[in-house]
Order: sequence, then structure tokens, then C-alpha cells
Amino acid sequence: MAKPPPLRHLITLADLSAEQIIDLLDTAESLRATALRPVNKLPLLRGRTVVNLFFEPSTRTRTSFELAAKRLSADVINFDVAHSSTSKGETLLDTLRNLEAMRCDLFVVRHQQNGTPAYLAEHAAPGVVIVNAGDGNHAHPTQGLLDMFTIRRHKADFSQLTITIVGDILHSRVARSDIHALRALGVGELRIAGPASLLPEDAAELGCRIYHRIEDALANSDVIIMLRLQKERMQHGLIASDQDYARCWGLDRQRLQLARADAIVMHPGPINRGVEISDEVADGAQSVILQQVSNGIAVRMAVMAKLLGQV
Amino acid sequence: MKPNELPDYPTLLARLVGAVREHILPRSPQPPLLIGIQTGGLWVAADLAHKLGLDAAIGRLDIGFYRDDYQHAGLAPALLPSALPWPIDDRQLLLVDDVLNTGRTVRAALNEIFDFGRPAAIALAVLISRDGRELPIQADAVGLQITLPAHTTVKLRGPAPLHLDYQVARQTRNCEHG
Repeated sequence: MAKPPPLRHLITLADLSAEQIIDLLDTAESLRATALRPVNKLPLLRGRTVVNLFFEPSTRTRTSFELAAKRLSADVINFDVAHSSTSKGETLLDTLRNLEAMRCDLFVVRHQQNGTPAYLAEHAAPGVVIVNAGDGNHAHPTQGLLDMFTIRRHKADFSQLTITIVGDILHSRVARSDIHALRALGVGELRIAGPASLLPEDAAELGCRIYHRIEDALANSDVIIMLRLQKERMQHGLIASDQDYARCWGLDRQRLQLARADAIVMHPGPINRGVEISDEVADGAQSVILQQVSNGIAVRMAVMAKLLGQV
Repeated sequence: MKPNELPDYPTLLARLVGAVREHILPRSPQPPLLIGIQTGGLWVAADLAHKLGLDAAIGRLDIGFYRDDYQHAGLAPALLPSALPWPIDDRQLLLVDDVLNTGRTVRAALNEIFDFGRPAAIALAVLISRDGRELPIQADAVGLQITLPAHTTVKLRGPAPLHLDYQVARQTRNCEHG
């Protein structure tokens, strides 16, 4: 097999080919198996340093990247922005330059503002790699990849699948990265459903069919991706109340029966239980939510091992 | 020996089976567990197991995550998961590859094996042991010991029929991970 063109950074899935995505997923599949060994560490990133540069609070994504880096034998620094000089007025680039001067190799960046990881990638020193861990409502490429990885472990052929994304699409960088990856992989049918106030204007350009009732969207779906209601990003008044949202857009057992009997239910976490998803569905047999969490480590290992192997 | 005078695969396999019987099986009353190195070694391991009447499942190693040229060459595409389908602690292992050249692949395989546990012993069986060693590694059983002209490679191709592929490389340094 020929090597796909090398990736320098991972900022978005929008410009990745199916070949590049599949190469990352295949690598993740091999890495996943190493987690079960008595020694679950690989020597690939020995002597390399990974910095988690999170300008937005995050527990699970940061932990997932930290575990992934450690299982590749990298040293990991969690740069706590709230207690750093950034809060004293140091610019973003000064922060990057200082950490580069300490010979850090890969920066995992999360920022509330769209485009920050791309900006850092533009200015990174040669050999320094930037991985986007979520910027604003722009992209969350490793979540997109781990969602593809999870779907692929359950369903054979993307071209035969109907995949439905439900909820707050407008504020969701996860939805964007999922949509980009699913388009690249040639998904059969891609549906989005949510309150009109939470749908993006460019939904049709992204190749999605838009649904205004969750029941219609779920019919015959193979994969259901429920999104978290992102209250922290929401201007007041976009939805009436949690109860109202659950009634119109929440996934409960009854609604799940509209999908295919072997449909899987996904959620990027953290879950607002009883709002976008009921307990019985989140904890039910069709839920693969915790598998997504496990798979996230293998996928992030694949991304870091690929990117650092090419500089 | 000229490349076109290389014995064919069945001949080399028969010699390797003989060498394993003579040099490796007597070492322990317990039959060895076979581990094939992806891809050629896996084919040889399967044929060896068949000829020796060993019916345990065969382990598979893809040493891609343990190669020593990761910093220069990165990760190879299409790595397959390594799988050792039995606990290796205190067992006799027989590592099998098609061609032993630089020794770097075997070094990587040994490191990977120890991440699965601590075997009692590991022996190495290869179809062809050629010149070009860059590490102090030798096989315990070989089908053929050979010195090849410079800039040449020999590799087992398959899966059916298995045959030896002999090529004269371009006049550049051979960076193959043998």
C-alpha cells in the first residue's frame, strides 16, 4: 500500500481524504490491541514531549490525550492556562515560543476561539506539531476520528449507512468534524435534526438532509449521534427550557425503536442525562458511548504517532 | 551461488523443518509456541507448524511500532495488530521469519515479545540467513545460509504459491529493515 500524503498538523478533518482517514483508523486499530498487553506502553515517542495546552476547561479530552501520549512513552506537560502567564497578558505566540524553547514537540490545543490551533500551526517552529483538541464551534478532529473508528467497529460499509446527528448542531465542533469525515468516507445518507435555532446556515452545503422532527430523522437510522446541549456557548433564549428540549429532541427508549433494531447510539460526552438522552438509552444495550471513550485513546495515539513520525 | 540457483521454497522449508527438529525441539520436552513475523514469517510459521505437527495457534507480530527507524521513516501504513493468543510466561517460543538480514527486525520483535510477558526461552528459525548483519543476532535454525551480491534483496512472496523473489536494487544504500 502506498503511503498517503503526510499530515503536518491535525487542525480539521475538512481537507482530509478518505485514504488519510482510513490510514489513521487502521493505525488506531493496531494500537487499540496494545492496550490489553501486560505492558501497555509502546516506545515510539520516547524522548518526545507533548504539551496539553488547554484554554478551555476539559477533563476527558485532556485525560485521553495525556493517556495516549503516555502509552506512547512521551513525557506530558499539562499547561494550566488559568494559572499561567497567559492570564498575566502573555500572548499566545509568546506562550508557544517559550514552550518550543524548552524543546516541546507536540502541542494539543483547545481554545474557545475558532482558528487558534490553525494560527499556532502557521507559526510553529519546524518540526513542532499542533493537534487541535477543539476550537470554538469549528472543529474537533480527534473526536470526529474516534467516532468514525467506533462506527467502523460496528458497521461494515459507510456507503450503506444512514447516520443521524441530533441536537445542537450550531454550537457543535463535534458535529462539524463528524460531517466532514462522514462525507469523505462516502456515507450513504447523512441527516441532521434539531431546533431551527440550533441548526447552522450552511447545513445543506455540508451535504446533510435537514429534519425538523426527531421521529422523522430517526426512522431507519443505523447510527444515531446525540449531541450535548452546550448551555455554556448558548445565547439566552435559543431554547425554552431543558424539559422542553427533552420533550422535542431527547432520545428515549420509545423514539429509539424508530431506528433500525441494530442501530448504535453515540454521544461525545459529557452527557446531560434526561435532557438530550434518557438514562435507559445512555446505559442501554445499543449505547456505545463508553466504547467511544476507550477508542479515543487509540485514535489519539495514532494521530500523535503518525504526526511525530513525519517531522 | 547465483540468484537463479536458489533452491525453491519447498526445498528450503524441508531443510528448515529438519534444522528445527535437530537443533530446537530437543531443547525442551515442551513443544515451542510459534510466532511468525508479518508477513513472510507468518507463512513460514504456518507451514512449519503443519510439518512438525504442532497444533497450537500461531502468534503474529507486526513489529511496526518497535522499528528503530521511526524517527526517520515514520509509521508504516497498514500495520496489522500483533496477536499472541496464549500467555507466553515461562513458555518456549520459536520466532519465525523468512529472511534474516540486518537483524533489526528480530531486535524489534524481541522487544515487542517482552511487552507480552517473560518467556522461558526464545529461539529463531529463518528460511534464509543472508549476510548483512548490523546487530549481534543469529538464527538457531536456518533453511539456507547465503552470501548475496551487493545491492540485492531476497524476499518471500505469497500467499499462494509461496515463492522467493530475488531483486537487484538500485545502487543506493539499502535501508530495508531486514
